[in-house]
Amino acid sequence: MLNRIVTGAHYGLRDWLIQRITAVVMVLYTLGIAGYLLMQPVLDYNAWTLLFSGNVIRTFSLLFLLSVFYHAWIGVRDIVMDYVKPAAIRLIIHVLVILTLLLYVIWSVQILWGIK
Amino acid sequence: MNKKRPKHLALHKIQLPLPGFVSILHRVSGMFLFLFLPLLLWIFYASLHSIETYTRLVEILQHPLSKLVLLGLIWAYLHHFCAGIRYLGLDLQLGSSLAKARASSWWVLGVSLSLTVLIGVWLC
Repeated sequence: MLNRIVTGAHYGLRDWLIQRITAVVMVLYTLGIAGYLLMQPVLDYNAWTLLFSGNVIRTFSLLFLLSVFYHAWIGVRDIVMDYVKPAAIRLIIHVLVILTLLLYVIWSVQILWGIK
Repeated sequence: MNKKRPKHLALHKIQLPLPGFVSILHRVSGMFLFLFLPLLLWIFYASLHSIETYTRLVEILQHPLSKLVLLGLIWAYLHHFCAGIRYLGLDLQLGSSLAKARASSWWVLGVSLSLTVLIGVWLC
């Protein structure tokens, strides 16, 4: 019987795979945005907000940010599992990190759909 | 397995191999990026929200200290990005021999550092 603890990994392929899928999403988005910005003759406020004015780019930007947050959760969890041993402290850190990342999700939606 | 083993840790002679060095930097840069997420999100917010917040942000980013922090974050992103692509390759069993793994480690360090310098020159 494995010694399964609530603050451990989930002993499966899922998180490992999600870490890679979100990585690919971030690579593609980064290259797309970087390529677009490099092609702009002038980079000012107008060009910048024009880029994020459409619903499609906002949706993909949100997908990128959600990938960042999920990817960050798995990474931080791995770091905490390596360096923090007491289960109680681990649990507190995990809960704080998850809540913080969920707040970032809400903030991201507000940023992307709150452009004047 | 309770035998007492002799230890010969000559700390001045042993060092982390290059792929290990790139690996720990991947972890450090990832943690750094995570800790600075609220700042990055605020920068994104200020850059988009209105012309006033955008102008204010540009002013703040003129400060040498903000440029330093920004450059540190850009390096962290680029290193994490390049090292991450290297790991995706290793997962697909691309370049997993020792010589190739060492060579790709040099590439990760070199590409991320030179791009950081390039962006740094463009910023200043």
